[in-house]
Amino acid sequence: MSVKEYRTAAEARGGLLIMRATPGVAFGDRVQIEDHSGTRRNGQVIRSSDEEVLVLVFEGTDDLDLEDTWVRFLDEPVEIALSPELLGRVFNGLGAPRDDRPPILSNIRRAVAGSAINPAARTYPREFIQTGVSTIDGLNSLVRGQKLPIFSGSGLPHNRLAAQIVRQAKLKDEDSSFSIVFAAMGVSYADAKFFQDEFASSGVLRNVVMFINLADDPPVERLTLPRTALTAAEYLAYDLDRHVLVVMTDMTYYAEALREVATAKGDVPARKGYPGYLYSDLAEIYERCGRIHERHGSITMMPVVSMPSDDITHPIPDLTGYITEGQIVLSRELHNQGVYPPVHISPSLSRLMKDGIGKDDTREDHPRVAAQLYALYARALETRNLASIIGADELSERDRRYLKFADAFDERFVGQGEAEDRSIEATLNLAWELMSMFPRDTLTRMSETDLAKHYQGSD
Amino acid sequence: MSEHSRIGVIRDINGPIVTIDLPGIRNGEQVKIGELGLFGEVIALSGQQAIVQTYESTDGVRPGEPAIGLGWPLSVELGPGLLGGIFDGVQRPLEKIALQSGDYIRRGLDVPALDRARTWEFEPNAELELGAQVGPGTVLGTVPETQTITHRVLVPPGVSGELQEIAPAGDYELEATIARVRGAAGQSHRLKLYHRWPVRKPRPYAKRDDGISPLITGQRVIDTFFPQLKGGKGAVPGPFGAGKTVVQQQIARWSNADIVIYVGCGERGNELVDVLETFPQLDDPYTGRKLMERTLLVANTSNMPVVAREASVYVGMTMAEYYRDMGYDVVMLADSTSRWAEALREVSGRLGQMPVEEGYPAYLASRLAAVYERAGRVQTHGAGSGSVTLIGAVSPPGGDFSEPVTSHTKDIIETFWALSKELADARHYPSIDWVTSFSAHVHTAAQWWAAEVDRGWERRRGEALALLARDAELSRIVNLVGPEALSSAQRWELEGAALIKEAVLQQSALDEVDTFCSPQKQFALLDLALGIYDMGAALVGMGVPVQELQGLPLLAKTRRCKSMYSSEQLEKIAELRADVEQEFENIRLEYARQGEHAQ
Ligand SMILES: Nc1ncnc2c1ncn2[C@@H]1O[C@H](COP(=O)(O)OP(=O)(O)O)[C@@H](O)[C@H]1O
Ligand SMILES: [Mg+2]
Repeated sequence: MSVKEYRTAAEARGGLLIMRATPGVAFGDRVQIEDHSGTRRNGQVIRSSDEEVLVLVFEGTDDLDLEDTWVRFLDEPVEIALSPELLGRVFNGLGAPRDDRPPILSNIRRAVAGSAINPAARTYPREFIQTGVSTIDGLNSLVRGQKLPIFSGSGLPHNRLAAQIVRQAKLKDEDSSFSIVFAAMGVSYADAKFFQDEFASSGVLRNVVMFINLADDPPVERLTLPRTALTAAEYLAYDLDRHVLVVMTDMTYYAEALREVATAKGDVPARKGYPGYLYSDLAEIYERCGRIHERHGSITMMPVVSMPSDDITHPIPDLTGYITEGQIVLSRELHNQGVYPPVHISPSLSRLMKDGIGKDDTREDHPRVAAQLYALYARALETRNLASIIGADELSERDRRYLKFADAFDERFVGQGEAEDRSIEATLNLAWELMSMFPRDTLTRMSETDLAKHYQGSD
Repeated sequence: MSEHSRIGVIRDINGPIVTIDLPGIRNGEQVKIGELGLFGEVIALSGQQAIVQTYESTDGVRPGEPAIGLGWPLSVELGPGLLGGIFDGVQRPLEKIALQSGDYIRRGLDVPALDRARTWEFEPNAELELGAQVGPGTVLGTVPETQTITHRVLVPPGVSGELQEIAPAGDYELEATIARVRGAAGQSHRLKLYHRWPVRKPRPYAKRDDGISPLITGQRVIDTFFPQLKGGKGAVPGPFGAGKTVVQQQIARWSNADIVIYVGCGERGNELVDVLETFPQLDDPYTGRKLMERTLLVANTSNMPVVAREASVYVGMTMAEYYRDMGYDVVMLADSTSRWAEALREVSGRLGQMPVEEGYPAYLASRLAAVYERAGRVQTHGAGSGSVTLIGAVSPPGGDFSEPVTSHTKDIIETFWALSKELADARHYPSIDWVTSFSAHVHTAAQWWAAEVDRGWERRRGEALALLARDAELSRIVNLVGPEALSSAQRWELEGAALIKEAVLQQSALDEVDTFCSPQKQFALLDLALGIYDMGAALVGMGVPVQELQGLPLLAKTRRCKSMYSSEQLEKIAELRADVEQEFENIRLEYARQGEHAQ
């Protein structure tokens, strides 16, 4: 097979171009389209028979003139060129430069679709990453190779938190930093600029590759963007042995683009108009993260998911939570109270924490401290709720203590400065200070040894 | 390629659904698609054309490429060498695939599940004599598959007749002939250490039996409150993060089954790695051998092709039935059946079938029921009684249990462990909600508990649930009007329920001591917590202030007891109990004396 070129398209609608009588075209292949003005667009074959071929056009099908459109089937999958020169550069979702510099030249080209990691080739992630943020390190620890999204809402400081983590993240006893792959889908110019400035001011820019599709760029391109970015991340991790941190924002716009295309294709919707395969599609992206046997590099992922109407049961955060290894959930309530970072610990979770913390990794008491703080805070929130109904004065002395704890916890443990980089020791010590507000016997999740060593209360 | 294979042409590629022209092909037949030779299966016929679901990505496949019909349905290999392994959704051995294709799974690989080069130590069945009539399930001999599991080599279903030859004891490869049987029509069957079986067809057995003994999982909220039987069917529904996978992995670790088949269906790769890395190190609490020796994994992770997800459950089930037929108690864990159902939905959507609820096809409920129906306790043909227990995780979108997969599953199963987001958020694990969960097996389990542990089990269980129900009621009142509205007795009820929750229901999978709890320890803890409640209630009745009891250090110790003493240290729990009784008796005496003084 070789490149084939056709002059006319049969139909165009909603980002899809339909070609008739173009036999032998491979499913998934790349397509180049030249419109009447001579402008090039890119596409991909998403259904193929001898009678009809369906092409997804990344830049959209607006203004296409069916009579006057050249369509070229390139006989190759959607690929990007890879070389160490990627670092420090900015690209679009297809890997074309966005920074007025020449395209990457390299004979290493890889299909962005990727393929599934053999589970038997994976290594369980277990190296603790200190982010300097207490609610993460202490209660929802991140490990190298984990995918841990930030669930947020419009107007909440997820970008600032993500940037803080990028700045501060390091292995406990190393200061080797990460290479960053930054993937922006459908975000505003201001948001993209925020990250660019952040990387520049913290001096990591030379260690960052950016893939950017802004809110006013063609939405269909958002579908390849995370795949392109992850192909670059895999190259950095497994060819160049780097530890890569992938920040992806905002997965919600990605999923919306997917819905747009699915609707145009006539796919059966499952929930809220999203196609049934949204789960598998997101999994193809998220599961590219991890650790692999005998590979030095790794891919850690921190996607940002904004929850439409702050609803965690919305299909996008919901399906994400079913795939990722936990989630950090931001709360509007805490944000409105002026707490930064407004991490709501109750729905937050790190599933890979168990093997990354404890005696050899952080500190012996860490797992129990986390369990105890969670139990105390859960009870404290119930008490707060009760107080709002019956009034704090009606509470027993025991309950009032929980109330005081809740406030101190929000203010001092959750709240911290944007530039404050707390060591895990500092986080755990702070935890003990707060837990010591309670009588010893309340702390039933702690062992006698823990109490003997760390308890600072009066009884 | 066998003599049955026929070649056709690909017409249309629509993601995993490929239409081919291949006259004479059968529904259900295996197909190899395109130059790459991707595996697929015919799921519908229309005229000359067949619709094929492909188990691998069809990127790069073109109309006009060949499609080869293989002449047999999707089948698995059944023989020694399955245990300890990890297979993909169509039973390809993932460890061997990693050797061939590296860290990523290449497409079109054709690697048999069982190792042809390995030899097995076959010991013929001494009771069999040449000339004997044998039939499906007759034990021809045994092979030590692992240190713990003796593999019984059975005459496969469909073969019966006169035993003409049986191999002497010795080492044999899988392909070697270990027996010859002459059928009634004179045909000769050459039997090997393994055979193939089509996964969509339940394996036959002699007769179905009722379950009689509980599957002990070492998890208190399951064994004590919502027991499962060997051969039962159960579901674990819950929103993400509620603890479905941990429940399943705990059962894989600690249950008293002979064989565990863990099917990771559309879930995380790292969760399978967790099992793969930890099980070879963990001891089976019943045999003392390594857990991996009785475990087998099927992995179709969420990033692997969707359609193979649908197959993976049948592949796992067929292997489960195979070990059942050897007379073993098998537990199959499917995490998650929702992903299996979504694969059905995906295919039906691509076929343009009419969706009924949330995009699911009308046959969702019947397919689900048919899968669960393959679980059960049976009389095998030749190896006594065996069972398959099926426990499926269900992942309802948004945690909404009224969605189709959860609600249909609920109608089919007998044990329902409903996980609650509220409990999980408060880190009450396992987050099995005692109000909405149920087990249809309490009575049957009670007989076992009465015989093996304590006759008081059923009563104590009922008392604990009743106390928890009153707690829910009282908590509602407190939330309306505050705690002052409650009487002392009622406040002590809240305290008692809290004790049940913390000292009995909560059980951390991560706690080295408490991760497994023997039935005896389960009952000791339950009886201790209820005993404290009962004794306290009597004191509160005498006028002892609730606060005085709440502050007792022994209550804190009771809450910690589960992690302080292992299942081997029951005497310590008994000591604690004696201390508690003493303390309460002292308070009672003290109070009685004060009472006298006052008069
Ligand atoms: N019994 C348990 N003991 C301790 N931790 C648990 C338990 N059950 C769940 N967890 C915690 O909850 C997390 C999520 O559990 P998991 O089973 O993966 O949830 P699901 O499969 O429902 O999404 C685990 O990573 C673990 O931290
Ligand atoms: Mg799970």
